[in-house]
Amino acid sequence: MSASSKTIEEITGKRGYEYGFITDIEQESLPPGLSEETVRFISAKKDEPEWMLEWRLEALRGWLEMPHPNWAHVHYKPIDFQAISYYAAPKNQPKSLDEVDPKLLEMYEKLGIPMHEREMLAGVEGAGEQRPEVAVDAVFDSVSVGTTYKAKLAEQGIIFCSMSEAVQDHPELVRKYLGTVVPRKDNFFAALNSAVFSDGSFVYIPKGVRCPMELSTYFRMNAGHTGQFERTLIIAEEGASVSYLEGCTAPMRDENQLHAAVVELVALDDADIKYSTVQNWYPGDENGVGGIFNFVTKRGLCAGKRSRIAWTQVETGSAITWKYPSCVLKGDDSVGEFYSVAVTRGYQQADTGTKMIHMGKNTRSTIIAKGISAGHGEQSYRGLVRVLPTAKDARNYSQCDSMLIGDKCAAHTFPYIDAQHPGAQIEHEATTSRISEDQLFYCKQRGIGEEEAVSLIVNGFCRDVFKKLPMEFAVEAQKLLEVTLEDSVG
Amino acid sequence: MALLEIRDLHAAVEGEEILRGINLTVDRGEVHAVMGPNGSGKSTLSKVLAGHDGYEVTNGQVLYDGKDLLDLEAEDRARLGVFLGFQYPVEIPGVANTYFLKAALNAMRKHRGEPELDAVAFLKLIRERAKMVNMDENLLKRAVNEGFSGGEKKRNEIFQMAVLEPQLAILDETDSGLDIDALRIVSQGVNAMRSADRAFLLITHYQRLLDHIEPDHVHVLVNGRIQQSGGKELAEELERSGYALFEENAA
Ligand SMILES: Nc1ncnc2c1ncn2[C@@H]1O[C@H](COP(=O)(O)OP(=O)(O)O)[C@@H](O)[C@H]1O
Ligand SMILES: [Mg+2]
Repeated sequence: MSASSKTIEEITGKRGYEYGFITDIEQESLPPGLSEETVRFISAKKDEPEWMLEWRLEALRGWLEMPHPNWAHVHYKPIDFQAISYYAAPKNQPKSLDEVDPKLLEMYEKLGIPMHEREMLAGVEGAGEQRPEVAVDAVFDSVSVGTTYKAKLAEQGIIFCSMSEAVQDHPELVRKYLGTVVPRKDNFFAALNSAVFSDGSFVYIPKGVRCPMELSTYFRMNAGHTGQFERTLIIAEEGASVSYLEGCTAPMRDENQLHAAVVELVALDDADIKYSTVQNWYPGDENGVGGIFNFVTKRGLCAGKRSRIAWTQVETGSAITWKYPSCVLKGDDSVGEFYSVAVTRGYQQADTGTKMIHMGKNTRSTIIAKGISAGHGEQSYRGLVRVLPTAKDARNYSQCDSMLIGDKCAAHTFPYIDAQHPGAQIEHEATTSRISEDQLFYCKQRGIGEEEAVSLIVNGFCRDVFKKLPMEFAVEAQKLLEVTLEDSVG
Repeated sequence: MALLEIRDLHAAVEGEEILRGINLTVDRGEVHAVMGPNGSGKSTLSKVLAGHDGYEVTNGQVLYDGKDLLDLEAEDRARLGVFLGFQYPVEIPGVANTYFLKAALNAMRKHRGEPELDAVAFLKLIRERAKMVNMDENLLKRAVNEGFSGGEKKRNEIFQMAVLEPQLAILDETDSGLDIDALRIVSQGVNAMRSADRAFLLITHYQRLLDHIEPDHVHVLVNGRIQQSGGKELAEELERSGYALFEENAA
């Protein structure tokens, strides 16, 4: 191989992880171990009602009987679930945003997460040019440490708060929807999450309301030997719409930490939910030591007619990613979309994709998945398109493209199609490519250096997905891809 | 000092020697045409000069503005003003033509210690240069060469040259694949850019390009060597008698 492809490997092998610092803050955490006692402790800590505790215990009982799944194309040593701490939180729990520990605020500042609500001064010049407002729920290890713009959103009947608060303040909504999209015993990691989930976000958009700003949750894992079990539930009533973003980072540690989340979305008639993720958990070092195990169940139910759910994800972090944001298209004429960019480099592994379950008539789904593998990265796209007998005139279009950088990485595609209605129209396209020497030389001949050329070409490859992200996020994602693929030493 | 001085250049691809001792001196302000049959090493010469690392230089020296050109990375040669118009320009899917060109131009400006061009100035520049080569503005927004016709790709090369304003422009068979109108436009672009401190190396198979761009010198490359050099009348002679004579000589 020529010199330049060697350089690409060197470049992509370097770890430009800039979020790997540890915040030194007084924390309390449960000793490692998982039993009924653990669940009771978490529930009591959150002052939960009896029904919530029962719900968790039932999930735990289910989990204890479930085998660890092994069908994914990923390899790791068995996880010792008794060696994980299931709860960690800052000692001083703030009651309002003003009381948040300055050290935490400093950390969010460093991570670029806006924890201040912008003062809106009427008639001030230039106000229109400011960045759009984004409401943030900040989850630190097992707890939410603050949520911005709550009051402003409440004016329109929108509920945006941590899951713990929702259990206290809106139990009727939580009881009605929790576990309806991802049942407690849906799978091994969902059952585990249902038993021990700590925090996450709760969003409720009332009938006919278009959420006036982006909502976002920022997940930060800080404590060692701790798992994070986030639970998010988003409900969009008839004709409501919302765009929600999530971001995640964690310190560099040489242990593997578990992040097992469950996200449920419910869209009623004509509702529209756009859920975007930029996942940048610590991926482990250049030898594959450490990093987050990101085992996540995300599913949206298009319950209503003409409802729409779009998942967009940019997955650059984690040692192992196991994640299939899916749509159940129950309402007639409902639409499911999945747009994904996943990067594996170093020794990262990802088995990711989606499921589109067509139940209603004239339901449509689109899948665009872009996988980039470099170094010793291993990546699989796994997608299921199922058209049930009730889904007359269902249509799906899937496109899965893989890009390989270097010759030690791998990409696999596992598309499953299950058409139970003869009229189903299902189209699947897949390509695998490499950055060619000729493309690199062309860029270099125009004065563009190798690193910039690689990121330019990779960004071009991902364009179809990036353009689905909200503006601000698209820029972030592009930058993230640059630091992921480039030598961070300038 | 000459802008480009090639001395006894030998280069090989995968162990096979393709260039077998090239000598060529190009002064500022000059247009040199390098003509030769298919497979004679024309593209190899252009890529070796531009710094493609798939070609191994086995002997010889190339001085560019007095500097050892072969010692520089491809991107640094470009930043110093060496431009190659490719015979087969590649496609870069998803990367907008303007975005690409902006990255290129700013990389060069940075190298010269100049500030990046702001969006307005950049747009003004590319509009002006697009007009110069009659380039459809829609092509500017499209991904680099993606789905371009052969002629559009070649025109895009000349457009990039017009924006990047190189010192030494090597145009590898920019004329092939062009219809007569496109050929005229491309030639006009090149002629407009001729100046006292810029030199061109026109690599071509056919004489017809030279009907539009008048060269100062013509060289015949056969079998990896320049077999004969002369004025523009040499090109006319080639048009009449072909390369056969030189091929016999070279064999
Ligand atoms: N990358 C390559 N691999 C193998 N052979 C090559 C390569 N590039 C050029 N050659 C060979 O070198 C010779 C000269 O090619 P080239 O420089 O492209 O000629 P021209 O441009 O004059 O038509 C040809 O025999 C060609 O097959
Ligand atoms: Mg050629």
